[in-house]
Amino acid sequence: MNILEFTLLVWVGALVAGLLGALTGLGGGVVLVPLLTIFFKVDIRYAIGASLVSVIATSSGAAAAYVKEGFSNIRIGMFLEIATTLGALLGAFLATKVPTSAMAIIFGLMLLYSAFLARRPRARPPADESPDPLATRLRLNGSFPTPEGTRHYNVRNIPTGFSLMFGAGTLSGLLGIGSGAVKVVAMDQAMKIPFKVSTTTSNFMIGVTAAASAGVYLNRGYIDPGLSMPVMLGVLAGSVLGTRILMKADTKLLRLVFSVVILLLGLEMIYKGLAGRI
Amino acid sequence: MPVQKEWTDQKIENIVGNLLRAGVILSAVVVLCGGVLYLIKYGHVPADYRIFRGEPTDLKSVSGIVRDAFALHSRGIIQLGLLLLIATPVARVAFSIFGFAEEEDRMYVAFTVIVLLILLYSLIGSASEV
Repeated sequence: MNILEFTLLVWVGALVAGLLGALTGLGGGVVLVPLLTIFFKVDIRYAIGASLVSVIATSSGAAAAYVKEGFSNIRIGMFLEIATTLGALLGAFLATKVPTSAMAIIFGLMLLYSAFLARRPRARPPADESPDPLATRLRLNGSFPTPEGTRHYNVRNIPTGFSLMFGAGTLSGLLGIGSGAVKVVAMDQAMKIPFKVSTTTSNFMIGVTAAASAGVYLNRGYIDPGLSMPVMLGVLAGSVLGTRILMKADTKLLRLVFSVVILLLGLEMIYKGLAGRI
Repeated sequence: MPVQKEWTDQKIENIVGNLLRAGVILSAVVVLCGGVLYLIKYGHVPADYRIFRGEPTDLKSVSGIVRDAFALHSRGIIQLGLLLLIATPVARVAFSIFGFAEEEDRMYVAFTVIVLLILLYSLIGSASEV
């Protein structure tokens, strides 16, 4: 296969990954690395480099649309970014030390977890209680517009949320993914932030988190221009297209199919890692 | 007081939204231009990413990439586009410092400076430890 054919095929693959990621809300990053390593036989270090770059592109592109709607909370985002960027630095340094077979296994486990999260019904958060003193001091409590008027919310369990965010950042740096699923769990489940605020703020944070590991990746030679070019352009085109169709598509079946695909890719990554073939 | 604060927050978020969009579009255009040049020049060469070799020194540092891109090397131009993309969230964080300063929120100015320092360390400082 020559570079022209390879580039076009990777571009199409990345476009589909970006499209499915946007339609299902699961992000394109999680399937990119298995796609590149399993089907295109790319070394996992080049794959996570290209994937991370595309994560920044989709996050920044989507955040541009979200911030104007007034759902994301920039104080929650900035405060938690201290945890995610530190975690991302640690993760990126770990990526340079951990053997590639171990990375494949960790990646596979993360895919299984994402597939599980995608299938699990979301518990309704309980009604607001009295404000947490720490949240008040950190000015994290906020409000967002609803059809019935402005709704206020109080943020809870800040130390737990902060620690989970550090973990989300480490995963992001180690595997070259956005780890949006873990970020949403930290905010929605642990910190009791309304779902809509959690998802948009998470998206906002993904780009900054990824940028923190991208510098290390770049300096260690993980970001290859020839590979990252079709991946970034493909994912970006796919996610733009995805958000356009999202308004009218029924994504329930798609979400089911995509979570099965993620599950299978996860098993394959674990198998390849255990067999030492990655 | 809250009305004034929210209005400023919203104003800042609008500017941030436009900044992010402009950064992504600009970087995609630069990557695409470099990509076209790259395919014209190397399209017929066999592709091989099976073995990790790392990138040449000039594609690993900010100064090297800028030098390469201005010499119109296709891979350097793509890498410059990717660097612009990485710089987009960094610029967003840097801009937020002014936003919080305008609101006289010193605690959040400090938080934002910490995040910016971590990002700059990753981009510039982490190279020296190789």
